[in-house]
Amino acid sequence: MACKTCSVPFKGTPEQEKELKAAIALMKDEPGSLMPIIQKAQEIYGYLPIEVQTMISDETGVPIERIYGISTFYAQFTLEPKGQYQISVCLGTACYVKGSNLVLEKIEEILGIKPGQCTPDGKFSLDSCRCVGACGLAPVMMINGEVYGRLTVDQVPVILAKY
Amino acid sequence: METIKLKIDGIEVECPKGSTILEAARLANIEIPTLCFLKEINEIGACRICVVELKNGKIVTSCVFPAENGMEVFTKSPRILEYRKKTLQLLLSNHRRECLSCVRSGHCELQELCQELGVEDEKFYDGVKTPSEIDDSAPHMIRDNSKCILCRRCIAVCEHNQGVGVIGANERGFKTFIGSAFDMGLGETSCISCGQCIAVCPTGALREKDFTDKVFAAIADPDKYVVVQTAPAVRAGLGEEFGLPIGTDVEGKMAAALRRLGFDKVFDTDFSADLTIMEEGTEFIERVQNGGVLPLITSCSPGWIKFCEYYYPEFIPNLSSCKSPQQMFGAVTKSYFAEKMGIDKEKIVCVSVMPCTAKKFEINRDDEAANGVPDVDISITTRELARMIKKARINFLGLPDEGFDDPLGESTGAAVIFGATGGVMEAALRTVREILEGKSFDEVDYEAVRGVEGIKEATIPVAGIDVKVAVASGTANARKLLDMVKSGEKSYHFIEIMGCPGGCVNGGGQPQQPGWVRNNVDIRALRAKALYSNDAAKTFRKSHENPAITKIYAEYLGKPGSEKAHHLLHTSYIARKINNYGF
Repeated sequence: MACKTCSVPFKGTPEQEKELKAAIALMKDEPGSLMPIIQKAQEIYGYLPIEVQTMISDETGVPIERIYGISTFYAQFTLEPKGQYQISVCLGTACYVKGSNLVLEKIEEILGIKPGQCTPDGKFSLDSCRCVGACGLAPVMMINGEVYGRLTVDQVPVILAKY
Repeated sequence: METIKLKIDGIEVECPKGSTILEAARLANIEIPTLCFLKEINEIGACRICVVELKNGKIVTSCVFPAENGMEVFTKSPRILEYRKKTLQLLLSNHRRECLSCVRSGHCELQELCQELGVEDEKFYDGVKTPSEIDDSAPHMIRDNSKCILCRRCIAVCEHNQGVGVIGANERGFKTFIGSAFDMGLGETSCISCGQCIAVCPTGALREKDFTDKVFAAIADPDKYVVVQTAPAVRAGLGEEFGLPIGTDVEGKMAAALRRLGFDKVFDTDFSADLTIMEEGTEFIERVQNGGVLPLITSCSPGWIKFCEYYYPEFIPNLSSCKSPQQMFGAVTKSYFAEKMGIDKEKIVCVSVMPCTAKKFEINRDDEAANGVPDVDISITTRELARMIKKARINFLGLPDEGFDDPLGESTGAAVIFGATGGVMEAALRTVREILEGKSFDEVDYEAVRGVEGIKEATIPVAGIDVKVAVASGTANARKLLDMVKSGEKSYHFIEIMGCPGGCVNGGGQPQQPGWVRNNVDIRALRAKALYSNDAAKTFRKSHENPAITKIYAEYLGKPGSEKAHHLLHTSYIARKINNYGF
């Protein structure tokens, strides 16, 4: 079985580690504190890679599997960092019928990542979303808040090249 | 005790306040089917097979719903029967239904419920199935999530009984699967190989790695001399695979079956259990007299050893350096026995039949090959032996009772109780007390260390010392006990720890009993009783009185703890690290 670890190298700092450990020390004896601890960890690091989950497990004594179980159960947690440029492709009804799935596939092909993932250099992360309220421009994607509408598959490499 | 009254299927039931509907129904001899429910271990009301109808039409899960005064409950109304059947059909829609080739076919809890509830169309809700892959990364077992019904019993025993927690439910909804952190294979985690998850799995999703074909091949090879040893607990469990009541001692039939399978010698791990007592007893006396590290902790259970190495490495100096009886047996088979018989040790295949899955891991540990060849070559479980007997079409129930072969088949009552929690301690006390006091005692029963409680304590006066002993079974209990020792709250001279709750009789390699049996009878106590009866009927009940043991020391080993004994019968341990993922 392949270990599902993150494609982006971990770049945690000693300051982040200190902050997390201090937070855990403060909370760990409270019943039901595991969720807040995991939330705090994501707040500090932005995501929950194996390095961070190991830290939580070592500090709390909670088996890492329970932490992993929680972090894959709730949509609020992510195992992948966000990239410098966050791409979000709308798969809402209007965009979908206008072929946004093909746009998404093209991006996946160019960047070599799936929705929810980040490129190993940390530059792009990819997500799909449901309706950004610009159905008139379908199909739509956003990169760091900037909206690209009436997309065609051919435009994708041109747009990505700008970043 | 405060009681309440309710009506179940029209029958008045009086039950203690705080009972669940399931418990109340049982008092009235009304059986409600269960699937995910394991008493005191997994009480989560998840599978919804145990649903019942209340008078107001509400459908509730009886395993967790409290019985109330004046309540009226219906357990077999047409609506309920249909509801249960639908639940099963939904489970089947995401289940790899390959019953013909499944290891659990014939004693699968899901299959049995489907037959009982008359599921006629297993494809009724057929559709997409949750993607899954087979995990065979661990040395002892295989997980096939395509047969998993997400009952979570395995998670509960791993965390609750064993204090390990390397498996859990990952993802959510339709994507949910049982796995380890970051989808690692079980072999990459700090799993202790105890196999308790297999013992409680209701389907064929979890199973041991089966090595029976290797055993058949070795037996058929004319160049090999195949020797088999059977652990104490196997004789107390094997009969269940052939329909005998739980707790039937089938020692004689088992020896007969092994002979008919074609093993060259049918020996008994009980012999090396006696040997263990000689070595461990001597080690204990030496540590007490020479100010060695105390408490001494037993080392027979490889699940416990792996647990200690991962979770309590600071106790490694406390571990007895004695190999487990399985390994001692292999070491003397390939030295003493081989030399005596003039057989090349390379030609000997040592097969062990164990109630244990961790033994499959143990045979490949470092420092377990005293003669330059592995002490034990193949380790199979009680379940695998049953499979071999069935495959060879041996009429087990019709077999006569036969004995073991000499010389490694001779044993005492002290050895056979190794299979129950407290047994090793009792056996050690029988011998240590007589050696230290230099006289023979008639009383050999140490009741204080018997029974299925997770942690037992006793103080036994031996030669002017109040020897304080403790016994724990199930590694979650080991955790509690060791934490108390660590904090200084408790101190002992000698501790016995067994990886599985109740000891080897309830090992991960023993016959699987369905939840509805486990919830109603204590299989640990029933199987242990078979061993204690076996002990009581023995001529010799103290390890040092075993004539074969006296002989092996006189002819070969010298005395317990000798250099030769150390070379053959002792081993070493390594500190392991949990959460060690190499970054």
